[in-house]
Amino acid sequence: MTSRTKLLLTLLAIVVYLLHQDCWNWTKFEPLFFGFVPVGLAYHAVYSVLASVLMWSLVKFAWPKHLDELEAQEGKQSKEEAK
Amino acid sequence: MIPTIVVFVYLAVVLYIGIFAFRKGSSSGEDYFVASRSLGNWVFLLSLFGTNMTAFAILGSSGLAYQRGIGVYGLMASASGFVIPLTIFFIGTRLWAMGKKFGHITQVQYFRDRWECGHIGTLIFAVTAAMLVPYIIIGVMGGGQTLEALSTMMGPDGKPHLFEVVRNGQTLMEPRHWISYEVGGGLVALVVMSYVFFGGMRGTAWVNTFQTIMFLTFGTVAFFFISHNLGGFDKIIEALVANPKTQPLLTRARIPIEEFFSYTFIPLSSIMFPHIAIMCMTAKKASAFKKTVTFYPLCIAAIWLPCVFLGVVAAGQFPGLKPGEADDVILRMLTENTHVALAGVLGAAIMACVMASDSQILALCTMFTEDVFAYYGGKQRFGEKAQVWTGRAFVVGVTIVAYLIAIKLKDKAGIFELAIRFAFSGFAALAPVMLAALFWKRSTKWGALAAVVWVVVTLLGSFWLFEATANMAPKPGQPPTQIFPAVGNLFLRTPGNVTIYGYLPVMFMVLGSAFWMWLVSMLTPAPSAKAVEKYFPKN
Repeated sequence: MTSRTKLLLTLLAIVVYLLHQDCWNWTKFEPLFFGFVPVGLAYHAVYSVLASVLMWSLVKFAWPKHLDELEAQEGKQSKEEAK
Repeated sequence: MIPTIVVFVYLAVVLYIGIFAFRKGSSSGEDYFVASRSLGNWVFLLSLFGTNMTAFAILGSSGLAYQRGIGVYGLMASASGFVIPLTIFFIGTRLWAMGKKFGHITQVQYFRDRWECGHIGTLIFAVTAAMLVPYIIIGVMGGGQTLEALSTMMGPDGKPHLFEVVRNGQTLMEPRHWISYEVGGGLVALVVMSYVFFGGMRGTAWVNTFQTIMFLTFGTVAFFFISHNLGGFDKIIEALVANPKTQPLLTRARIPIEEFFSYTFIPLSSIMFPHIAIMCMTAKKASAFKKTVTFYPLCIAAIWLPCVFLGVVAAGQFPGLKPGEADDVILRMLTENTHVALAGVLGAAIMACVMASDSQILALCTMFTEDVFAYYGGKQRFGEKAQVWTGRAFVVGVTIVAYLIAIKLKDKAGIFELAIRFAFSGFAALAPVMLAALFWKRSTKWGALAAVVWVVVTLLGSFWLFEATANMAPKPGQPPTQIFPAVGNLFLRTPGNVTIYGYLPVMFMVLGSAFWMWLVSMLTPAPSAKAVEKYFPKN
């Protein structure tokens, strides 16, 4: 992972965290999505999807390499043991 | 009667899964305690998620939403959907790697090896075990209460049949149940004990996977049934909007902004719960974490969104319930609005969440056998088989003690619920200790000791302050009370919390723990080069 990717992902994580504090929705219930979901609840439902996208980005671009190496090493070892 | 039968079928299936897992397993300690580190991607995701879903996620969330509105989702669920997968990504994966590399099973084993300490590890064991015990007791209590509620004798009109009861010289009308609290709690304890005893981690993981799938499936079906029965949710919401008493429930007006912010520290507790940390050791491959981390926020949304929403809808359907009564609004919604068989299946699913104490019992037994029995020479002296049987005996012992306490202190459930609430803060405040161990070479055992002492002192202090100020707690909707007027708003009492300038104590506990970890580590000798090289290899 390059230092630029690291910086971008850190910034993204901070932005997602800050977006959780949606003070602008505090006392509002309108618009009602689908006619019955208050805006504050709809916002946080979408937020959950955004959190999932952030996690996907971390997995895709910031996955710790040593875990894969350890996994490969383990696989090699168990193959040798099987032989 | 039908819901009771459905629950019995469910308990039988769960028992079968546990015994089936026993047949698949081997007799080694690693197999019993961490399923030979062999769980596949989906089982790992669903069982880890199921382990985290306690009765509170279902019963408590809707009960709280009934009182405080839709903001409960943002307060607890979406914050957890952000923080918990992050901790799994940064901490869970590392714990898994340490376990694979060095054979650790518990957090304390890792701390002892990482900082070359014995007694500090024992202290961490004692603190975490003490914070885990109330969960096990509440699990048995919840099982008894749920079975009792589901087996209420109904009259021909579909409402609870009331019987005359004379209590303290007064004649009261009360419902009766096919299964009493005592028998229900005993049954749940027996089933949980059996599949944990036989199946160990494999049995527990499979049962949790089954429970999660069941809840997600039938929960969705029930949500649509309820909507259909009510003639659509829009009419209910319109009525809530029109009533000035219920309109704030559709906003976050009943949740102070400071509480909302400081609550984001609470989900740090998840990875510090021993049963979650141990669960992280069970994955077969590191790649299992990829799916878990990505899908975790969506799984939380799938469970919490309907629960919180139905809690608010219940405020329109059953107005005027008191805080204690509001806890079972989800059960009321099911009974009133779905077919009796579906209510039974959902009841079974709710039982599943109540029975989340399985992994906590197993975690406590794993900690005891690994951190005490094996560490103090038991494994060396008596062998691995004896270690597994000690673990099994411990499972039986813990369950029996939990059951006896649940029966004896039936009316004191509030104390254990309170202890659990405080335990969340305690576990969250231990997170800096784990982060320091994993990512900071210079961290020392003395720093860890200082942080743990800070956690214990502040936890007991905030618990005491909460209890001591019970009589000055304002009613919901009223402004907070100053606890010590001489220091202004420093300590405030709200209806459900003690706060520091409006912020929950957990925030200061976490920040304080990090501070003590840093300060004392810097003031004490660095850990040995050998330990640092072992855990932070140069290549």
